[in-house]
Amino acid sequence: MKVTFPHMGFMHIVVKSLLEGLHREVVVPPPISQHTLALGIKYAPEFTCLPLKIGLGNYIEALESGADTIVMAGGWGPCRFGYYAQVQRDILNDLGYDFQMVILEAPDSKISQLLDQLKRLGEKVSFLEAVQAVRFAWYKMAALEKAEQRYLYTLPRTIDKDRAEQLWEQVLSHIDQAGSRKAIDDILAQAMLSWENLPRHHEPLLRIGLVGEVYTVLEPFSNQNIARSLGRLNAEVTNSVQLTEWLNDNLFKGHLFKSRTTHINACARPYLPCSVGGHGRETVGATVDFAQQGYDGVIQVGPLTCMPEIVAQTILLRVSKEEHIPCMTIYFDEHSGTAGIQTRLEAFADMLRRRKALQADYSDVQQGGNVCAVHARG
Amino acid sequence: MTQVGIPRGLFYFYQYPLWKTFFRDLGAEVVTSSSTGRQTIDVGIVHTVDECCLPIKVYFGHIHELIQLRPDYIMAPRLVSIEYRSYICPKFMGIPDMIRASLPDCPPLIDITIDCSRDTRQLWKDIYRVGALFNADRRKVKSAYEHGLQALKSLCVLTRQGYTQHEAIELWENYCLEQAELNSGDLTVGVLGHGYSLYDPAVSLQLIERLRGLGCKAVLLESCPRDAVEQAAAQIPKKMFWTLGRKMLGSALVMDQSADIDGIVYLACFGCGPDSMVGDIVGRKVRHKPFMLVTIDEHSGEGGLVTRLEAFCDMLRRKKVQKLESDLSAYGIHAHCR
Repeated sequence: MKVTFPHMGFMHIVVKSLLEGLHREVVVPPPISQHTLALGIKYAPEFTCLPLKIGLGNYIEALESGADTIVMAGGWGPCRFGYYAQVQRDILNDLGYDFQMVILEAPDSKISQLLDQLKRLGEKVSFLEAVQAVRFAWYKMAALEKAEQRYLYTLPRTIDKDRAEQLWEQVLSHIDQAGSRKAIDDILAQAMLSWENLPRHHEPLLRIGLVGEVYTVLEPFSNQNIARSLGRLNAEVTNSVQLTEWLNDNLFKGHLFKSRTTHINACARPYLPCSVGGHGRETVGATVDFAQQGYDGVIQVGPLTCMPEIVAQTILLRVSKEEHIPCMTIYFDEHSGTAGIQTRLEAFADMLRRRKALQADYSDVQQGGNVCAVHARG
Repeated sequence: MTQVGIPRGLFYFYQYPLWKTFFRDLGAEVVTSSSTGRQTIDVGIVHTVDECCLPIKVYFGHIHELIQLRPDYIMAPRLVSIEYRSYICPKFMGIPDMIRASLPDCPPLIDITIDCSRDTRQLWKDIYRVGALFNADRRKVKSAYEHGLQALKSLCVLTRQGYTQHEAIELWENYCLEQAELNSGDLTVGVLGHGYSLYDPAVSLQLIERLRGLGCKAVLLESCPRDAVEQAAAQIPKKMFWTLGRKMLGSALVMDQSADIDGIVYLACFGCGPDSMVGDIVGRKVRHKPFMLVTIDEHSGEGGLVTRLEAFCDMLRRKKVQKLESDLSAYGIHAHCR
């Protein structure tokens, strides 16, 4: 049994570590490329959202390199994600691939249901080994998140942006190979130091919150690496979604640690009091939260036709006005031209700088938020 | 007299008799917006974000029209679920908040939460809350709601005969209706789609009327036997969690096996989440009947649709006469031999 799974940001490092801990042979799909996307577009239904298409491309590439088992998360509506695995399995079956699909469904109530599902993935694994595998994978994930935060902090502040990015790439590959907690700690400490020592500039910074659908926020390929583009414009990006939090909320139903979700939902309540599936309510809540923390602007990202994000986008019009925070929505689809996005990000950053300067000059003038929505297809 | 506005969009086509009876019994006057027209669509487009699907845009057009009439309340429920463990669509769950965000000057909304995914306790609580707006006691509210459910049943009797939900509502309201030629025609075509796009003639560009005009008898989801539909829908490995999607899939599978259906037409909306998945699954599973998927958006040129429908009907007729063609599926093993 050779196991594979879809990409999402640096999740492959974590899942690989977990499955190897369960004594499974793992085939990590090749990094997402134009070829991956082209495969997905060719076989996926035309109007489905981008994560399904990229995921399908991942599977095809992984199956071609020898995988025979796909692990995928499920879900129970109303967002389309819950039905991804079903549609993808049908497509791959029709294409003639021989494989089996293991779909991890979030448990209704008991956490033991999830552990059972995980245990079935393992081969001759004792309970102790399974727990150790989960804990080590989690440790890697936490380290990666810490490193990513530092990277996003350093990138806008340094002159040597190329070096900062190189260091991040290095951290990714080193942590992927790390075999012990000690090794992970060393890599992390080393990287922190290197980022600290990069030369700084003293230009004014912008602080931008990135909200939206979880896959598009976490997977740089699907958002044309928006965090990097903004970092190069001296704008510090804060992701509203963290992988650990997302897994805790969705797969472990908040059993692992106390999440920020309660606070975010409370922020969303005046505008959107109930869940609308997917990440809709979190998008609204996080935007309010960013506004209250004094961020300069918020960018909402999502795949084109994402239903919960459309609801959120409509409501952001009001949030933007009432919380005085400029918001911009960018939907991504299979269009891969980067110039359109780059121009819009630059314009947005310019607008935020101008607004900030104006506010500094006439601090009593309260400016209403500006909202504009753009398509990735331009 | 208290006026309650009911917009002629979305679940109007499924629930209008229920809410009209309910509010009338509570002593309110019910006003509706006029039938969807080009004006409705244009206004709706202005007041929604571009990415919304057409039915939502139309709905906002109706809300905008109702606002001009200044009723005391507008009925805009938060529709989460109408049956156990199933949902409608995320956009329906945010409707009242979306209205408040883009049409700030609207009258108070009756935004009860219809969520039967776990139980109906919350629903009843909300219904009593609405009743309190009209100073009705619990018994009166309960009987009004039950009266409303009865009205829905009488609507079902009409739709089972082959009338669309839209026609059935017109008949129920005793408006004169040109007796539609329901059971004539040499072809029988199954027509599927979300009711709020399929049964709104302005949204579907009169798809059903056109098919009838081309000599087809239109078989709709509502006239399929319910048990058979549920049984067929249960065949797929994971139960579909969209109520309407599951019904469409089940009906498609029933139609696929039924001898007197010549072909199946599926009306999808551009940007509709469930349609993007269900349309594909239906296309994959329907192996014995010609299948056509039509996608609509606010584009109003009907020439393209007319041509496709005519071509589809011509093909069905030729297939009937010649009996030579095999049932080549658009998907699956056959398709990949090419």
